[in-house]
Amino acid sequence: MNLASIVNNQTQTPEAVLFFILAPVMVLSALGMLVVKKAVHSALLLAVVMIGLAIFYIANEAPFLGIVQIVVYTGAVMMLFLFILMLVGVDSSDSLEETIKGQRISAVLGSVGVGFLLISLLSRAELGRAYAGLELVNGEGNVQAIAKTLFTRYVWAFEVISALLITAALGAMVLAHRERLLPRKSQRELAAERVRQSAIPVAGLPGPGTYALHNAVDIPALLPDGSPADSSVSKTIAARGELANPNTFRMNEKNEAGEE
Amino acid sequence: MSLDNYLYLSALLFTIGAAGVLIRRNAIVVFMCIELMLNASNLAFVTFARMNGSIDGQLFAFFTMVVAACEVVVGLAIIVTIYRSRRSASVDDARLLKL
Repeated sequence: MNLASIVNNQTQTPEAVLFFILAPVMVLSALGMLVVKKAVHSALLLAVVMIGLAIFYIANEAPFLGIVQIVVYTGAVMMLFLFILMLVGVDSSDSLEETIKGQRISAVLGSVGVGFLLISLLSRAELGRAYAGLELVNGEGNVQAIAKTLFTRYVWAFEVISALLITAALGAMVLAHRERLLPRKSQRELAAERVRQSAIPVAGLPGPGTYALHNAVDIPALLPDGSPADSSVSKTIAARGELANPNTFRMNEKNEAGEE
Repeated sequence: MSLDNYLYLSALLFTIGAAGVLIRRNAIVVFMCIELMLNASNLAFVTFARMNGSIDGQLFAFFTMVVAACEVVVGLAIIVTIYRSRRSASVDDARLLKL
C-alpha cells in the first residue's frame, strides 16, 4: 500500500499534514495577490500558489501534471509575466481610486457570496460511492496511462489543441509586430531635433548628487536655488520610492562656521 | 482527511481569483487572477479524477493548461500592444478601442 492510497474514504495522515500546512499558505498568498500594491509582488505570490498546486497534483496521484505545472506555469508563464512587467515598467502599480463608485466593496461582497455558495454546494454534494483512487489506472505508470487515453479517445482534441497552439503563436507575433510608418531617424536628425526642442535641456540632464554633498545615485542634484532637481535621478529609482532627501546631507550652521 | 478538502481549496482559490479580476485595475494583475482561476479548476479536475478512479480528469487538466498557455501568450501580446499606444497598463485607460 502506498502513501496515496485511500482507506475508508480517508487519505492517510502524511497527506493530511501536507494539506493542512500547504493549503493555508496558498490561500494567504492568493489573498496577498489581491492586496499588494505592486504587480511584481503579485506575480511572486502567484508563483507560490502555483508551486503549491504542483505539490497537490503530485499528492493527488498526478505526478505528470505536477511536473508539467512546474515547467509550464512557474517556468514559462510566470517568466513571461515578469518579462512583460519589466517591459511595461516597475512603476505600473494600481491606481487606488475607484472608477465605478462602490465597485470594490460590491466586488468583495459578491465574491464572498459566490465562495459561500460554492462551498456549501460542495459540502452537500455526494458521490454516492467510495472514492476509488488511481492505483489501478496508474498501475503501469501515470505517464503511460495518460498517453494511452490521450492518443486513443482524445486524439482529436489533441490535434485541435495543436492547431490552437500554432494559431496562438502566430497571433502573438502579429499582435506584437509593429509596422514602421516613417523611415528610421538618423543620429544627425535626432540631434538636430533635440536642439530644436526646448523642453529637453541641450546640455543633458544634471547628474544625481550635484551640489548635494553626496554623490549616490538616489540623491537628487540641487538647483542654484537649493531645491532638489527631480530630473537628475533615474525614474526607476523614483518609482521604487527609494529617493533620499538631499537635506539630510546639508551642512549645518556649525559646520559652515568651522567650529566642528 | 477527506478528499473533499481539495475541492474546498479549489473553490476558495477560484473565488479569490474572481475577486481579483473584479477589484484590481492593472491589466497584468487581472490576467494573473484569471490564471489563478484556471489553476483552481485544474485542482478540482485532478481531485475528481482521483475520486472516480479515472484518468480523464487529469487529461482535462492537461488540456486546460495548454489552453491557458495560449491565452497567456495572446493576452500578454494584447497588453503590450495597448501599453505601446497608451503608455498605461490600466484597464480603465483602455475603454476605447481606438485612440
